[in-house]
Amino acid sequence: MIDGFRETFAHVVATLTRILGPRHIALAEEVAQDSLVKALQTWPHEGVPANPSAWLIQVAKNRALDVLRREKWLADRSDVVAALAVAQAPASAAGGRGFSGEGVAFRGEPAAVGDDDLSMIFLACHPILSREARVALTLKTVCGFGVGEIARALLSREDAIAQRLVRAKRQLRDADVRFELDPSEYSSRLESALDVIYLLFNEGYAAHAGDDLIRTELCDEAIRLASLVADHPALATPAVHALLALMLLQAARLPARVGDGAELQRLIDQDRSRWDQALIQRGMYHLDRAAAGDTLTTYHLEAGIAACHAAAARYEDTPWPRIVDLYDSLVVIKPTPIVALNRAIALSRLRGARAGIAAIEAIAGDPALARYYLLPAAMGELMRESGDLVRAAEYFEAALECECSEPERRFIERRLRETLALARQASSS
Amino acid sequence: MSKYTLMLRESPEAFANFSPAELQAIFKRYSVWADGLRQASNLAGSQKLRDGDGRVVRRSGGRVMVTDGPFAEGKEVLGGLFVIEAGSYDEALKIANDCPHLDFGSIEVREVEILR
Repeated sequence: MIDGFRETFAHVVATLTRILGPRHIALAEEVAQDSLVKALQTWPHEGVPANPSAWLIQVAKNRALDVLRREKWLADRSDVVAALAVAQAPASAAGGRGFSGEGVAFRGEPAAVGDDDLSMIFLACHPILSREARVALTLKTVCGFGVGEIARALLSREDAIAQRLVRAKRQLRDADVRFELDPSEYSSRLESALDVIYLLFNEGYAAHAGDDLIRTELCDEAIRLASLVADHPALATPAVHALLALMLLQAARLPARVGDGAELQRLIDQDRSRWDQALIQRGMYHLDRAAAGDTLTTYHLEAGIAACHAAAARYEDTPWPRIVDLYDSLVVIKPTPIVALNRAIALSRLRGARAGIAAIEAIAGDPALARYYLLPAAMGELMRESGDLVRAAEYFEAALECECSEPERRFIERRLRETLALARQASSS
Repeated sequence: MSKYTLMLRESPEAFANFSPAELQAIFKRYSVWADGLRQASNLAGSQKLRDGDGRVVRRSGGRVMVTDGPFAEGKEVLGGLFVIEAGSYDEALKIANDCPHLDFGSIEVREVEILR
């Protein structure tokens, strides 16, 4: 549902990009921005129109006509002129629909999200673009984030993001890509889009404990985009459902991840009544749909692990044998050190601290994990469990040398303090 | 009660660099302000002026001259008007003071003169 400037901006960009062609994506953004400015200047006087989205598209089309006429680009493009000249359905001011929404910006019917919005996702995630460019362009055109907001969300600099966007749009123009997706491209383009959505979610999820709200919006956006794809009959493959299930099941547990003291809560300490049961149900539904057919993607396995946690009413009910099985399969098709580390942690829950320590030591030399706080933090926990308080404290100190979010830092600091106190007690008695 | 005109001026680029979410927040502030006036029955009328196609008509040396305008890049232009009811200039100024437009441009406050 379209319920704000951000989503509506994206819808206007998608509509205009379809009409003008991807080579004019920058113009589509410019006139979409202009239409929002005009709304902001007009609606306090006249009220919000009955169909704000149609109103904005009309304004954007008129503006595009003006610009393109001035640039003489339209001279031999009667098809584009015709498309721009078609009036949007009721675009006139509303009359009596209220001047501002309380809580929501728009009153009136939400505009239907259509195929244009979907095509826009696939355009922004075009495989000719680098992964970084796809993520930035998706946030800008499909999610309606500003350049500054994207920079904050991706922990990057504004000028770097601006440059990346300009370059991406130039690449799309030079390659003369089409807006509509050809059915023969579905699977390759889908893979690229799912990859971007998964990245967006992880950016937000990793930072959920951080202080910046914009990053938590990344999770919501990723779920929104995956839902759009999952609602399209020809595109809703088992992989799409699996990714959506994975994100819903993870998002459901987010509210319990940070405690009242803004400290990270471990799975074992989480107040499970704060898990969002509605999201868990939606997640389970999509996990079920993901099981149709015989594809098995990494999303399936990760969603399966998330489902094991989400379905456990108490920590003690966690099905560790099943989780370790799923990690064993995952590490085969996604052999990354991070997966191996998480597998080792799950293994320690099933076979005990020493098994976990051995599994982590086997991968500890991997350069990809050299600055990753979770490795020493997990080692600290396992050493403490196995009774080696001195080495536990050393590992917690090492973890604090790595980059992590504030709630994670607070948590590790507390564990370090507790461990040092225990060690002092042990040596004095 | 007297009528006062609030003339809102801003540079054509005043809102160009805000993100959609920021524009929504700004829109909200204007709406809350205008709705407040409406609810207090302080609003006699308001209009947004069309951007970009103004004309200035002048007689010069016996000829009528029509020029596009009145804008020059970077200068503030009149974008909209509110006509309000207020008991005094001070009260009118207070209403203008509360208007979010001051973050983006200027407001000229003029009493509507009615000869009785």
